[in-house]
Amino acid sequence: MRNTYIPYPVRIKDTRVETEDKQLKSFWLEFMNPADADAFAYTPGQFAELSVSGYGEIPIGIASSPTEGQDLLFTVNKVGVVSNRLHNMKAGDVMGVRGPLGNSYPLKASEGKNIVIVAGGFAVTTLRSTMIWLLDPANRAKYGEITFIYGARTPGMLLYTDEWTSWQQSGQANVNVTIDREAPGWTGLVGFVPSVTEQVAPKPDNAVALICGPPVMIKFTQPVFDKLGWKPEQIVMSLENRMKCGIGICGRCNVGPEYVCKDGPVFTKAQLDKLPREY
Amino acid sequence: MANKILAKDQLGAFVDKLKAGREVFAPALVGDKVVWSPLDSAEGLLLDFSNTDLSPKDFFFPQTECMMRFANDAKAPDGMIMQAEPELKTPRALMNIRPCDAKAMQVLDLIFIQDQMTNDAYWRDKREKTLLIGLACNDPCPTCFCTSVNCGPHHEVGLDLLLVDLGDRFLVKVISQRGAEAAAGLPEAGAAEEVQAAELKAKAEAMITEGVGMDNVNAREVMELYEAPLWDRVQENCLNCGTCTFCCPTCHCFDIQDEVQGTDGRRVRNWDYCMSWLFTMHGTGHNPRGTKKDRVRQRFMHKFKYIPMKRGGEIGCVGCGRCVQLCPVNIDVRRVVNQMNG
Amino acid sequence: MDNQAIAQKIREVAKKLLSEGKVDVVIGYAQGSVPMRDYPYFAYTPEEAENLTWSGFCNSNLANFTIRRPGRMAVVAQGCVTRNLVGLIKENQLKRENLFVIGVASPGMLDRNKVQAAFPGKLITSVQEDGADLVVTGRGFAERLPRKRFMKDNCYTCVQRNPVICDELIGEESEPTHGGDIDKVAAPWEKLAAGERWAEFQETFKDCIRCYACRDACPLCYCHVCFVDESQPQWCGKTQDEADVATFHILRAFHCAGRCTDCGACEAACPQGIKMRRLTSKIEKDIRELYGYRPGMSLEQEPPLVVYRPNDPQDFIK
Repeated sequence: MRNTYIPYPVRIKDTRVETEDKQLKSFWLEFMNPADADAFAYTPGQFAELSVSGYGEIPIGIASSPTEGQDLLFTVNKVGVVSNRLHNMKAGDVMGVRGPLGNSYPLKASEGKNIVIVAGGFAVTTLRSTMIWLLDPANRAKYGEITFIYGARTPGMLLYTDEWTSWQQSGQANVNVTIDREAPGWTGLVGFVPSVTEQVAPKPDNAVALICGPPVMIKFTQPVFDKLGWKPEQIVMSLENRMKCGIGICGRCNVGPEYVCKDGPVFTKAQLDKLPREY
Repeated sequence: MANKILAKDQLGAFVDKLKAGREVFAPALVGDKVVWSPLDSAEGLLLDFSNTDLSPKDFFFPQTECMMRFANDAKAPDGMIMQAEPELKTPRALMNIRPCDAKAMQVLDLIFIQDQMTNDAYWRDKREKTLLIGLACNDPCPTCFCTSVNCGPHHEVGLDLLLVDLGDRFLVKVISQRGAEAAAGLPEAGAAEEVQAAELKAKAEAMITEGVGMDNVNAREVMELYEAPLWDRVQENCLNCGTCTFCCPTCHCFDIQDEVQGTDGRRVRNWDYCMSWLFTMHGTGHNPRGTKKDRVRQRFMHKFKYIPMKRGGEIGCVGCGRCVQLCPVNIDVRRVVNQMNG
Repeated sequence: MDNQAIAQKIREVAKKLLSEGKVDVVIGYAQGSVPMRDYPYFAYTPEEAENLTWSGFCNSNLANFTIRRPGRMAVVAQGCVTRNLVGLIKENQLKRENLFVIGVASPGMLDRNKVQAAFPGKLITSVQEDGADLVVTGRGFAERLPRKRFMKDNCYTCVQRNPVICDELIGEESEPTHGGDIDKVAAPWEKLAAGERWAEFQETFKDCIRCYACRDACPLCYCHVCFVDESQPQWCGKTQDEADVATFHILRAFHCAGRCTDCGACEAACPQGIKMRRLTSKIEKDIRELYGYRPGMSLEQEPPLVVYRPNDPQDFIK
């Protein structure tokens, strides 16, 4: 039986600074052993522990979609010991990936429904995975309307511009990307995510909403959904907590009885309403 | 499987047989404390003790454990790639483990070994290679409350053999196949010995008068317990140290860190404790359990509510009473749980 | 005054303070659910004040619970604890006007580990103080022992039994010290050569389980982020490696330099019976010899490590 504390060895294939403040950087990783790549079968919403030998591990949402091939994409915020070291690493460096961990967005259960995605700031990472997966020809026909609402502070803080531009152009989804305030050269939407959501007014009928963002965005977006008549079971969110083992043993990431790393990170609002606010 | 008899004058032979191919450990008096120590022969076997201050969980979940190593050199072959630590070489036997401690290991099995992903290779390996021979409690302490948490002074769950001290001999209750093999060759027990053991069991159980009620704890919703006013007072004198967590046989939280010295690198895990401020601290500075009250509440909720919810009713406590004896500020878990149940 | 009488008086004073609204809480002790362990108790009402008690086993340092605590509080405190209260006031963690000291002259506090060590492996069910005696009862035994043999180590060399600040004294003041020579506490260490000292140090800390009860019981340790919890950079490893355990204890002792009143709360809290005062006692002696300073003796003192004087000793700076 495989020791699930040991990371799969991977090599950094490519890196890209994503934001104008250089705090977010994306890493494309390739598995060093083909068998590991085969074993790493993931679905949108899951995360992995990125292992930097000598520094530690950090839990990061998988930004790539399995439909993109076997390489993995992660976008990492520079915050502490491990992420600082990671930001200084370059293509060719060896590191580790452990996973896939956690549960996924309920895409299988949502077949036949309309999907609404609301993302704020850095939280858009696993929603990139979701959008690419949904728009893949093998999957698109199984879903109704797809609405994507995404906001960042400034154009320079938007992630995955190439990707969401192509989604906009594909006509396969209703893409609404917004920034907080007017900026020179920006011809898109302007306004906070909650108000853009209110304008787009996604209908709750036969729909599921995936909402990911900083607490302040959630706080003001939730009432918009309430007003539009969405039920808590229809709203899906992804949590974050400090993690170490990532497999539901070490005891630190729990929100009440649920471990964010194992029972989550994806929870419906109906579930969260019954849990302590320990996140 | 038939129960056996082990006469006390035969203990030497029994221990010698155990030691064939195994390291044997038992509680021993070292200075003025009872601690788990290697057992050389039956000469040193301590029978008159209540329990060790620290639980035997250290045998399966060491306080510091190296999980994997790597060559800290990008140019080395396989450099920077993690290699798992080798498995335990020599099987072991723990003699005279108390039923509460053995039950605790079985509760931890439910946490460390759940499915393909949640499967602690280190824990599993050591558990598979360790024989547990229990010593039933005929004289429980005033701080024991095993009988109200799915356990008891003569409880058999988690043990391979259970020795019941009948005076000049032990009744050897054979519980598992491994236990049967270790007790092979011993004479079978007679009816009189079984009766005597049953009487000792009933007497010991009757000695435990202070316990915890769990009915309402089980029936109440998470948020009702979470928001109960009792936590404001329970947390007052708590020091938020790790004493209760570290002496407890069922507490299992840990931290994982990397350490490097020159070209040697390793990833180790260390016992951690949910009483620590750092336990849940996010890199951004946000702390979901930022107050002492949050952390004190978490420990009791985890052990008495969340674990039973997720582990089919098993409780994250076996009533060994160590925390009651060792807490520097006398936070008595029995008092707290009864308030939760009140 | 015997313990019962002192406890009775503490209760009276507490009830009066609470019913007159002079304080929001009285921080004292209540009787524990196990022998030899009275615990810090917070009485908010005169009814709750009925639970207050006093005995030789009141071994937490209640000053620990006053740090940055909002509101007005009364604290039951003997000599060393009042010295810590003074220290906290000077370090701006506590305001004098929010504090009412219910002072008690220390009788010499008792060490539960020493009592247990007199009955190795045996179960003690109760310990009562009876004048100069301790009556120890257990399963199958009852013995009368001389109380003075079972005091906490630090109480034998106590230099301040009476409160240094006090708003109401319970009972009488007593002899200022217990008559021991505090210099002799660190003396055994000083006689050893470096290698021997290290071996003694290793022996002292070999049972440490890094539970931090010593740190958490100590009124001096109140940093928002303890050095042990820092990660950028990580000053101290978290493993059981000797070096990591040593780093924790040595650095903590140094952080107590010029502040430690030798109250012994650290040793009383330790579940493993570790004698960490072996470090702090040496530092205390050095401070006393270099600067002539004893921490917490008065609100007018200037702690030497935060004050510059031109004639400060400096021959230890090489």
